[in-house]
Amino acid sequence: MRCDFADSLLQGYFDCELSPASVDEFEHHLEDCAACARELVELDILSAELKVTPLYEVAPPSLKKRIRASIRPVTQTTAVPQQIHWHWLAVAAVLVVFITAGWGLRSAFHADDYRSELATEMVDAHVHSLQSAHLTDIKSNDGPTVSGWFKDKLRFAFPIPDFANDGFALQGGRVDIVDNRSVAVLVYTRRAHPINVFIWPSRERGTSPHTGSLQSYQWIDWRKGKLEFCAISEASAADLQQLQQLFIE
Amino acid sequence: MNDFDAEDRLRFEQLVLPHVDAAFNLARWLLRRREDAEEVAQEALLRAFRFFRGFHGEDVRARLLQIVRNTCYSWLEKNRPRELMVEFDEELHLQSVTNPESIAITKNDRERLTRALEALPSRFREVVVLRELEGCTYREIATIMSIPIGTVMSSLSRARRQLHLTLADPTSKEAVREM
Repeated sequence: MRCDFADSLLQGYFDCELSPASVDEFEHHLEDCAACARELVELDILSAELKVTPLYEVAPPSLKKRIRASIRPVTQTTAVPQQIHWHWLAVAAVLVVFITAGWGLRSAFHADDYRSELATEMVDAHVHSLQSAHLTDIKSNDGPTVSGWFKDKLRFAFPIPDFANDGFALQGGRVDIVDNRSVAVLVYTRRAHPINVFIWPSRERGTSPHTGSLQSYQWIDWRKGKLEFCAISEASAADLQQLQQLFIE
Repeated sequence: MNDFDAEDRLRFEQLVLPHVDAAFNLARWLLRRREDAEEVAQEALLRAFRFFRGFHGEDVRARLLQIVRNTCYSWLEKNRPRELMVEFDEELHLQSVTNPESIAITKNDRERLTRALEALPSRFREVVVLRELEGCTYREIATIMSIPIGTVMSSLSRARRQLHLTLADPTSKEAVREM
């Protein structure tokens, strides 16, 4: 039989992760528990075996090279060695095609289309956060706590209101990536539906909100001050509009 | 706004690139194949490049490994969904790899340990890799796997127990019963 402590204190003790008080508690327990004493020895042997065996696999040099190359702008391709020159030329050619095609489209593009594109990306992020059960990095309904967590992670400041009294309870927040930028995400729930509110800095001037729906999700996008917001949820469009009103008040 | 400036690249090269080995190692053990690990680690690093652009926290390695882990699981879902399903059935999985041919005959220590480690369900495998190979703290593991610290401890416990039993006597059905 294994001791009840085997799954908790024993591991923490072995890994030197316990507080001094817990260390005392466990050492006191160890005086009487032969099972834990035996398991500590087994852990030691296992850990030693894992450490002396070269199991760690380092990245091949070619991987580091490829990563370095891929974060360099295309304009610096002259510095790229000959063997991958063709690869870069191909990338450049594709880019030229895209940009050319892009120009044609751009002229016909409305701000709304740009918004829809962003909304698509954010709906994907929303769905991913639900599927991976990774809605929040910081789970708290306390604005200052959430704000403290975001403080050293993003370069812009934003409000973190809790609208629990209005039926939108703050759950926490996380950092996500949208349009190649790190954005803040505040998570609320409305009648058990999670709502992701994406927030990022914007230089555009405030406009009236835009709304839309994608798959079974509603989105509403608005600007206030130097920030742009986009809320996404399975909750109703009316719910999202209410949340948007609360944000801009 | 999509072009990365020199400062972003320099920061990334200084802060994140030193952890490429950690990224590759985790991907290799999660995916169990070097070729796949190379592909997925590269994808994860590019995602990380965008992420770290606006990130000013301190736990760079943990954040990078979190991205690597999520990228690995997305890749597995897409490319080897059956593997993830099989892993829910731990007994079946353990039995299939603890047959005498796969472990007992293997004399080489590295191969023996590799097989034992690869036989663990992925969530147990990653907790062992992060702790024993990468030397992460419980807090870092909790961040990377998005689980509470209590779950880090219980996962480590079960993973180590299973490894120990498999290594002690790979033909024993004890390993299966104990889990």
